Amino acid sequence: MSTGQLEDLHKYLLGIADNSLILGQRLGELCGHGPSLETDIALTNISLDLFGQVRSYFQYAAQIIADDKVTEDSLAFLRIEREYRNVLLVEQPNTDFGYTIARQFFFDAFHFLFLKELENSKDETLAAIAKKSIKEVSYHWRFSSDWIKRLGDGTQESHDRIQEAVNDLWMYTDELFHQTDADKEMIAQGIGVDTLAIKKSYYKMITEVLEEATLAIPESKYWHKGGKQGIHSEHMGYILSDMQYMQRTYPNMEW
Amino acid sequence: MTLTTQNIEPHLEAILTSVSDPEIPVLSIMDMGVVREAIEVDGIVKVKITPTYSGCPAMDVIGDDIVSAFAKAGKTAKIQLILSPAWTTDWITPRGRKALEDYGIAAPLTSEADKEALLGNKKIVKCTNCGSTETHLVSQFGSTACKALFKCDACEEPFDYFKCLK
Repeated sequence: MSTGQLEDLHKYLLGIADNSLILGQRLGELCGHGPSLETDIALTNISLDLFGQVRSYFQYAAQIIADDKVTEDSLAFLRIEREYRNVLLVEQPNTDFGYTIARQFFFDAFHFLFLKELENSKDETLAAIAKKSIKEVSYHWRFSSDWIKRLGDGTQESHDRIQEAVNDLWMYTDELFHQTDADKEMIAQGIGVDTLAIKKSYYKMITEVLEEATLAIPESKYWHKGGKQGIHSEHMGYILSDMQYMQRTYPNMEW
Repeated sequence: MTLTTQNIEPHLEAILTSVSDPEIPVLSIMDMGVVREAIEVDGIVKVKITPTYSGCPAMDVIGDDIVSAFAKAGKTAKIQLILSPAWTTDWITPRGRKALEDYGIAAPLTSEADKEALLGNKKIVKCTNCGSTETHLVSQFGSTACKALFKCDACEEPFDYFKCLK
């Protein structure tokens, strides 16, 4: 691969990994704060799976860039806000259990379909990471879609609250399918996933669950975007200050 | 990084078997199926291990434990972490499954049965305490990434179930 292509691959890897990194961090905030012991453990388990996957992507991303200063840790902890390429959905706050579940549900469906395609990547390492991760992500999807049904088809209170969360987060779903220049380059080379090709399956997959949960499908056609270009919502700075505090205060610290 | 079959030189097996899973101490890493290759080249033992789950925090400890087990035998070991092919619960040996059960962790069912059990459609996970299948899922996620939490309705004891991963 040429240097330019390696840089695109590097950017592409960060784009995938940042989604899981920021969502993992959000879920990590719930450690010790989950609504019940079981959900607390479940959400942090999911967070751990995501961080494990992120490490695989970052290690690979660090390896292909000709700069000794770039390591998996520097990628996670030392970039500035504009350099993170995650979608806006994953940085949205936990708000309440309904929001936490709706955000997870919207992401898991995408994550599952995305990895299923990534398994066929021409890049051997990416295909291996995808094959490993999809097993974990199918459990995540089972957990979040199960909760969508329980809350939607539960009491009036749980129904109304999960409906509100679904309505509020719906407008962040379209960005999951946006393609940056690096994405397009990787798709052309058979390395990346053509997100537009999985969009239809995505909305079918989530609509089926929402209907079973007796929830209304939001009609809003307004879509938020910007995260993939590094333009984040106001929440991102707070996440990063939590996440980066130790590395910024004690540079190069290790556990 | 692809390794389709397990390749372990017989003279290294005993030392690897002596290393146990830090989270399930009754289980040898060999019975767990995480060691994919162990070969001795020019006096250096090269070991390839694969994680059960991507974020499994036990992997670093397992790597360190293998190095120190070989060091005790006067050998230098080098560890490499591989992801492909992805670990599956099918690689847990029959001896490993028995060790799990004896320890109080229900061994993984087949993929289809596992789905039914975790969706709560069928009562098929056997209580490790009293053997009854009158059990129910408490949480799909348990004390570690690889386990789910169950409770027995017959003896009322909670127990872990090792989730099927295929």
